[in-house]
Amino acid sequence: MKPEPNDVILHTVSKLTAVIIFTFSIDLFWAGHHFPGGGFIGGLTTAAGIVLLYLSFDIERIQTNLPIDYKKLAALGVLISVSTGLAGMIYGDNFLEQTFGYFDLPLFGKTELATAVLFDIGVALAVIGTAVTIITSISEDGL
Amino acid sequence: MFEILMILSLIILTLAILLNIYRVIKGPSSADRVQALDSIGINLIAGIAIFSVYLDTHAFFELILLIGILSFVGTIAFARFIERGVVIERKR
Repeated sequence: MKPEPNDVILHTVSKLTAVIIFTFSIDLFWAGHHFPGGGFIGGLTTAAGIVLLYLSFDIERIQTNLPIDYKKLAALGVLISVSTGLAGMIYGDNFLEQTFGYFDLPLFGKTELATAVLFDIGVALAVIGTAVTIITSISEDGL
Repeated sequence: MFEILMILSLIILTLAILLNIYRVIKGPSSADRVQALDSIGINLIAGIAIFSVYLDTHAFFELILLIGILSFVGTIAFARFIERGVVIERKR
């Protein structure tokens, strides 16, 4: 009889590291307007964190604790990106025309808000959905 | 003087990566190959750190963290595959 696998070290380390990876991915996402980063790499880093959780635990436990349909997430991301692109056409500009403005927020003071971040949110969701769907469907196959 | 030392250490790191690539290709067992791939990641991180000191910039620090994360996930995936034969388990 095969002994029950006991990965205490892997579980503890990956729980800690997943938090660090998600924090870093959010940082990369918000840095994307002026510094290296953006929706694509932020989404890829988030996908790496989710894949790390999938690796250290099993599919069913992650699906019960994180019930997200990643195919629908990818489709939602593409929908958000295309509709922010079309919003520029509604106001009479080109497709994917971006705009920004300065607002007075209560805690941050004078802040620059850009509509490019909406497009970036769509890109990030599409990348997360596609990457996690590819990896889980590869791993399910043929075993 | 200090710049010469940094260039020299970059050359030595490149030689280490080449030796690791030899171990990846030649390596008798797959555990050797996984070790060598992880070591390539660590050498790349060290090389990027020295290079950003040499260029006097901090634009590459996020890259260091990113390579560390991806190397960690890759090593765990390979170790899981060697140990269990499955990368992602359906149910434990």
